Amino acid sequence: MNAREVLLDKYSARVYKNRKEHIIEVDKNIPDQQITANTRTIPGIMTNRGCCYAGCKGVVLGPIKDVLTLTHGPIGCGFYSWGTRRNKARTESGENFIQYCFSTDMQEPDIVFGGEKKLRQAIKEAMEIFNPKCILICSTCPVGLIGDDIHAVAAETEKEYGITCIAFSCEGYKGVSQSGGHHIANNGLMRRVIGTGDRPAKTKYSVNILGEYNIGGDSWEIERVLKKIGYEVVSVFTGNGSIEAIKNSHHANLNLVQCHRSINYIAEMMKTKYGTDWIKVNFIGLEATISSLRDMAAFFGDPELSARTEEVIAEELAAIAEEREYYRSKLKGKTAALYVGGSRAHHYQLLLKDFGVETVLAGYEFAHRDDYEGRDVIPTIKEDADSKNIESIEVEADPEKFRVYLSPERYEELKGKIQLDTYDGMIKDMNSGSIVVDDLNHFETKEFTRLLKPDIFFSGIKDKYEIQKNGVLSRQLHSYDYSGPYAGFNGAINFGRDLTMGLYTPAWGYINPPWKTKSVLKASLAGGDK
Amino acid sequence: MLNLTPKKIYERSALRVNPCKTCQPVGALYAALGVHKCMPHSHGSQGCVSYHRTFLTRHFKEPAIASTSSFTEGASVFGGGSNLKTGVKNVFDIYDPDIIAVHTTCLSETIGDDLNAYIQDMDLPEGKIVVHTNTPSYVGSHINGFFNMMCGFINYLSQSTGVKNGKTAIFPGFVNPGDIREMKKIAKLMNVPFVMFPDQSGVMDAPMSGHYEMYPKGGTTIPEIVGLGDCEKVLALGELTCEEPANVLERKCGVPYELLPLPIGIEGTDRFVMALSEISHDDVPYELEEERGQLVDVMLDAHPYYHDKKVAIFGDPDTVLGLTSFALELGMIPKYVITGTPGEGFVRKATALFDKFGVFDCTAKAGADLFELHQWIKNESVDLLLGTSYGKQIAKAEDIPFVRAGFPVLDRYAHSYFPIVGYRGALRLLELISNALMDRRDKDAADEDLDVVM
Ligand code: SF4
Ligand code: SF4
Repeated sequence: MNAREVLLDKYSARVYKNRKEHIIEVDKNIPDQQITANTRTIPGIMTNRGCCYAGCKGVVLGPIKDVLTLTHGPIGCGFYSWGTRRNKARTESGENFIQYCFSTDMQEPDIVFGGEKKLRQAIKEAMEIFNPKCILICSTCPVGLIGDDIHAVAAETEKEYGITCIAFSCEGYKGVSQSGGHHIANNGLMRRVIGTGDRPAKTKYSVNILGEYNIGGDSWEIERVLKKIGYEVVSVFTGNGSIEAIKNSHHANLNLVQCHRSINYIAEMMKTKYGTDWIKVNFIGLEATISSLRDMAAFFGDPELSARTEEVIAEELAAIAEEREYYRSKLKGKTAALYVGGSRAHHYQLLLKDFGVETVLAGYEFAHRDDYEGRDVIPTIKEDADSKNIESIEVEADPEKFRVYLSPERYEELKGKIQLDTYDGMIKDMNSGSIVVDDLNHFETKEFTRLLKPDIFFSGIKDKYEIQKNGVLSRQLHSYDYSGPYAGFNGAINFGRDLTMGLYTPAWGYINPPWKTKSVLKASLAGGDK
Repeated sequence: MLNLTPKKIYERSALRVNPCKTCQPVGALYAALGVHKCMPHSHGSQGCVSYHRTFLTRHFKEPAIASTSSFTEGASVFGGGSNLKTGVKNVFDIYDPDIIAVHTTCLSETIGDDLNAYIQDMDLPEGKIVVHTNTPSYVGSHINGFFNMMCGFINYLSQSTGVKNGKTAIFPGFVNPGDIREMKKIAKLMNVPFVMFPDQSGVMDAPMSGHYEMYPKGGTTIPEIVGLGDCEKVLALGELTCEEPANVLERKCGVPYELLPLPIGIEGTDRFVMALSEISHDDVPYELEEERGQLVDVMLDAHPYYHDKKVAIFGDPDTVLGLTSFALELGMIPKYVITGTPGEGFVRKATALFDKFGVFDCTAKAGADLFELHQWIKNESVDLLLGTSYGKQIAKAEDIPFVRAGFPVLDRYAHSYFPIVGYRGALRLLELISNALMDRRDKDAADEDLDVVM
């Protein structure tokens, strides 16, 4: 039996039946290997998944620094998503909403008699104290059930105060994971924000970075390199993000999609509505960063830009060559398991490869099949009741703002060469024999650690200490264990350094006390003095 | 930092900014982790428990286990009965705890799931137990969740056989494992046979062995919880946290209780020790008297560095009251004393402390938030901040020395291993406080003023 079968064998028949579809062993000889994803977690299973609110407010909207994001609900949800995700942001004035937590802190009477009144009052107070240009309202579980109409309150707010106010019905029970929340946030930004600005891009080489949340400063490292080459970054969705920039994002000529899962809806809708092409990039990993930069240059098709790209790549590589070699020598031959949200489990495999680390297991918390198998499978994905509950919006080409950058011939030519308007998924970058797990849980983490014996297990905080107690290094790929950036050239070195530190820290050598390996009596006998 | 916070104070009745409390379930989860071989179970959608486990793990740097009913939209409309049933079955199958402690979330509370009925309907494996409590997050705070879960265990399990077991039950309140260990040490020194409930020591401070134990050695055992009903007496530490469970036990099993403040500082600890000595009818051993004497000794030695210094204290009600009491014993002025947990009892008790020590112009508020505290500080500053991790923002914004204590402390390591209770805990607090203030003096000193001896 292989590791997958050994593990599945331990489940009861019903759980087995469910989980076996979510766990596959990669076999390159089988074309189109399928995995089940984006379905309900079985009750009772200790899943790592979060909820719709976490995806909407926590992931996509939370990083926007110039809006007041107001959680409408009891205090918990807002409190937990306060300053805990490391999506860094700075502003020139120092006025930065993301340092704050705003909540309506609903109380029992609000649940019984409805919370709209309190929401209105909270907005009034927010206007008086903070005078924001934009308020985003995010609702939590009870709000949908008691029927508060947050959209009506948002509309009133706009009328009364002359600001932008957008409501997001991202109650935690919607969908099966954070994923539904990403979609809801994408819809709101698309409907109300993108395309409303009239500040044109300054240059031809203008791009948006989508699905980059500036965890640990990643986006700043990516932007540093892009600017050095000569690109203009119009907006970032949504790391260090600003609603002003997002308004003008439709003026960019290309969308770069970093985290596919959380933002692909906007990439697709912008293509339909504004004609903006997107390419799937990955700025995690040196080879990956280099190939993303080359794809960008290919898109714009300017020999000068290509030359500059190569120049910058060479410069950047030269600057880190020595450290790269050093960390590679420390890490080569190690094995890793990765379990992260929706794109990183793919991205980080490439960075690990740079250092000679092989991935033996990878999984996503809230991905859909296309994140594993590539977007080609989208037409074949059957909608279930849970995904139907998440609204999908239809957009049309905007008669005034629609423009295409590539000629049809260039488009066709490029299509074969780069991942243009598509994504091929994680599995194609994995070796035969490695394991892919969707919605990996506590039990499976423990069992796979035992069965596969990876040297490093990347996951989140809920798993970290369980894994380490089993004697295996665990680093958090959500928060980078309070380090970073890990993106781009300098980020790769930070990553190599952190990993090396983790594997070689002397504490590992002290787990077994000396009296466990050698009895005191024997030791003295061997010493021969008795 | 916090540049949007204006000095001018507006009355707020609806907008909560930078809270100083969180929701009930996380408290219930923590209480349940203090029971041996217990799986806490969150009856709601999975996002809540994901947040709660994360929160506790960040504080303790230890795994915090809990399962969930994983509601989806269907369950939210039709009720979560079948989710709970499946959930409980799977938890016993896969994780094999002895007991599952279910708490609710906003969601299951709002739809009105009847947990009693669900649990009665279940076929449980031989010898396994399921208990529950209701933890609506729109009432109170995580403190309510904590004591509600204690009540849940008592309601389901504690029995009085009519024969006393000679033990004293100690309810330690919402404290760290390091505090619980200190309380146990004191009770042992006082020769009082006791049951600690709940007891997260040995669970949320489990050692590194190379083998993960899902259910570490610590925790109150099920027979011990059953036996609470035969205890002689309950010492309920933390008057605003532990009265309810003590009351429930008294009503159910007739066990009398004595309500005490958390043993933080000299007087708090004295009261705990005196209560124990009344039970044991024994003298206080020299070991404790020595600890106390050492503490007073250092209090005197170091007083110039904290006497008359103004401090703002924030966090959970009983912890804050204990810290306030100790600050007053040190001769400090607890200028602002706040908790996010609502309840006027807190304000009465804090004010009584102010009066007792004759300090003026100090403010206590329950149901407050850190935004408001920051505004007060902008209007009249303090010399020291004492409280939970989120205070670091204010500390940075206003350049005020900061000592961390209470829940949560998310940004430091090893803190949960050391007590703030008992004489030893007070000595540690004293060291932290005086170090912070003295570091500040060193940092601000001109070269010619830098004292090598202080
Ligand atoms: S939905 Fe309720 S129980 Fe869940 S995290 Fe939010 S406040 Fe807490
Ligand atoms: S990169 Fe990962 S953590 Fe970030 S939004 Fe995507 S899935 Fe979530």
